[in-house]
Amino acid sequence: MRADIIELRPEGLYCTAGDFYIDPWQPVPMAIITHAHSDHARRGCEKYLSNTLAKNVLYKRLGNITLQTIDYGEIIRHRGVRVSLYPAGHILGSAQVKIEYRGETWVVSGDYKVENDNIHQSFEPIQCDTFITESTFGLPIYRWQPQSVIQAQINNWWKDNASQNRTSILFCYALGKAQRLLSLLDCSIGPIVAHGAIEPINQIYRETGVALPQTYMVTQITDKVALEKALVLAPPSASRTNWLKRFGHFSDAFASGWMQIRGRRRIKSIDRGFVLSDHADWAGLLSAIRETNADRIIVTHGYSEIFARYLNEQGFDAQTFSTKFGENHENDDSPLDHSIET
Amino acid sequence: MREFVELYMQLDSTTSILAKERALRIYFSTASPADSAWATYFLAGGNPKRLVKTSILRKLVNLSTTLPSWLFEESYESVGDLAETIALLLPLTPMGTTDSLHEWMKNSLLPLRVIPSEHQAEYLLSLLQKLDSTGKFVCLKIITGSFRVGVSRLTVIKALAALAEIDEKIVAQRIVGLVGINHIPTANDFLTLIQPIDATNNINQTGLPFPFFLAHTIPYDVSEMPEQLGLSQDWITEWKWDGIRAQIVKRGGEIWIWSRGEELITERFPEIANMREHLPDGAVLDGELVVWSNDKPQSFAMLQQRIGRLKLTSKLLKEVPVIFIAYDILEWQGLDLRQETLLKRKDLLNGFINANPIPGLKISPILFADSWQKLSEYRGESRQRGVEGLILKHKFSQYGIGRTKEVGIWWKWKIDPFTIDAVLIYAQRGHGRRASLYTDFTFALWDKPKSEPDRKLLPFAKAYSGLTDAELREADQLIRKSTLERFGPVTTLEPTQVFEIGFEGIARSKRHKSGISVRFPRILRWRKDKSIYEANTLMDLQSFLPH
Repeated sequence: MRADIIELRPEGLYCTAGDFYIDPWQPVPMAIITHAHSDHARRGCEKYLSNTLAKNVLYKRLGNITLQTIDYGEIIRHRGVRVSLYPAGHILGSAQVKIEYRGETWVVSGDYKVENDNIHQSFEPIQCDTFITESTFGLPIYRWQPQSVIQAQINNWWKDNASQNRTSILFCYALGKAQRLLSLLDCSIGPIVAHGAIEPINQIYRETGVALPQTYMVTQITDKVALEKALVLAPPSASRTNWLKRFGHFSDAFASGWMQIRGRRRIKSIDRGFVLSDHADWAGLLSAIRETNADRIIVTHGYSEIFARYLNEQGFDAQTFSTKFGENHENDDSPLDHSIET
Repeated sequence: MREFVELYMQLDSTTSILAKERALRIYFSTASPADSAWATYFLAGGNPKRLVKTSILRKLVNLSTTLPSWLFEESYESVGDLAETIALLLPLTPMGTTDSLHEWMKNSLLPLRVIPSEHQAEYLLSLLQKLDSTGKFVCLKIITGSFRVGVSRLTVIKALAALAEIDEKIVAQRIVGLVGINHIPTANDFLTLIQPIDATNNINQTGLPFPFFLAHTIPYDVSEMPEQLGLSQDWITEWKWDGIRAQIVKRGGEIWIWSRGEELITERFPEIANMREHLPDGAVLDGELVVWSNDKPQSFAMLQQRIGRLKLTSKLLKEVPVIFIAYDILEWQGLDLRQETLLKRKDLLNGFINANPIPGLKISPILFADSWQKLSEYRGESRQRGVEGLILKHKFSQYGIGRTKEVGIWWKWKIDPFTIDAVLIYAQRGHGRRASLYTDFTFALWDKPKSEPDRKLLPFAKAYSGLTDAELREADQLIRKSTLERFGPVTTLEPTQVFEIGFEGIARSKRHKSGISVRFPRILRWRKDKSIYEANTLMDLQSFLPH
């Protein structure tokens, strides 16, 4: 039997033949980064490789790193290994890593969603022998409605609040989700305010060529009435801070896949939960896996054990890798169900 | 059904009580009395007798999906609510029924009881297919008998009182009848609930109690009390009895004993029911049922024997004698006294009982003190007197509803709990809003002193509350890292963490591994500064037992 192309090491997912890591959680000489969320892109590596679109976000997040970028579909050869990146549909520049070596193909998908959200390049199924997948929402209770349905819910909520002079505060993760929400908002309802942790990322999106509606810093809106009609995008960490006090009368909401569960919304004591995720739901995970035609599936994070068990019952050769993805980070749909505040 | 589901969504999509009250008022002003009766019943906490067994509900998912049953169980564990889990797993369908709430109950749900159990799942599935996903959730919550949507009974009462323009207290008293009795709420029930008050119906003709007025934990230190509460002499102070809060209702020759949970417990306490001979009609007393022997109150654990036993033998009645300690009078000669001052109510109560002593009835004595310091000293005697601390009631206060604060506040000033340092050994996930976190913890003590070589950890108490949300999350992460094995919902942990556990009472117990049961155990502090070897022993716990 041949050795696996990718193995689990204490530092992260490791490609032996190519001598590089994918999304390592400890400093290593060479790291390929699937996307810029903090549990996948960490500081301290000597060299980084990512998709071109992820460049500016990575610089913002990781500082002055040595970064090589390639376009989606572009192939590089490294010690006899062919490496290429394909869209994962998760956030700006998120990529699946395709690794080909001696006639065998592995794909590391990072985090992904299968629905086209109109601002990120859509997930592309890649034929492979082994598919390494997340399972953040790997339970059948997670079932997303089409984006257009959630879009209408959010805009109706905003409209209703505005008609009652109540500011709408929408909590969301700063990188990816905030920009997706921006693209869905109906600007005729009122002004959109972006929290200071979100606006710099909006700028990067705009510089990369993604059209987003105009946003204001809260200090730019001096008219009290205008502020009551506004929708405010803020990271979850801003809830219960003094920053919120200026808004007086408001209704708050959180946009996340976790809002599918009523208890998750209630523990946060927010008015509304909008079920909008940048991860695949149960059906999405299964369809993505089937479309790769892979026989072997490795689950890295989320409901890993449960999901792998189900895949095995469905005839796949499935196993889990115990990774540090989805742990303790502020900016993502946190995959582990206990990190609900992040 | 559509309107009721809509109401549910409105109540569930806001945390503002005012917005909830508004949604309720709009619903009640447009819904028919028959629908309103059912809506009131569910929102105010009424539970229909179980319609189907839980196993039938689990079968629904089997019938309509191809999911293996273990995956259903995993989903359930993650959601923490059976109705919600099923609603999330059933295939999506649009709202297809035009039945209103009472029609839905009458035509669809109540017939479940007469359908043979082998057909119930299929029948129920055909019903649920007529509802959208929120509708399925609401319907399943009705079936599982846990319809709570973040509306308190008080909010419902307020909305109804505002709508009917009658006193909230009257609505509160009437609603006990609608919710408590084991019958099907009708349009007539609702009309009675909101009918205006006139001479024929202001006095309660039935055995219903008044809504209990509840005490709040005092947030002040003794040094702050003069500033916050004024003169100690303006407060009526009594012992906080460690028993069952109860109302005795005597009307039309009959007597009823109600517990605080609005449960009728007359039969459990025949010696108290005997007071029907001595109390005049049109009288309601508020007080505490307490086991009393050797001239002092006995532990709550003893009282539990009286509640727990199926049969009341004469031996038990003799060994565990119960008395009623009265501290308030809510109705006298058929008149509602709740808006009188406490001072006046106390005068009436004392005047009557002193003139007509009743066996098994004591008056809760008032503690006279000229300073807060003196009261604090009284409080210090609590444990040896077998009481839980003090209760302070302003002498001019009226009798409110539940935890209202508008017409007077009752403060409970409890004694500090017993404390012990114990080791966390098992964890279990919570339910409802805490389903995603490990929140139920089991704690252990060492079975031998430190000097002994082979000592073991012995479980002694389960505790749920006491940690902040941030601490809960931290504990949760730690638990995931120190898991040794999982057995069903219970996770066994590598013992590494020490917590200070507080509890109110302690008694010997044959049912507990440690031989001791503690009352209201809760987490006081996370002792990160202590290693597990410094945790307390069973002998330390035993030293708290009364001699």
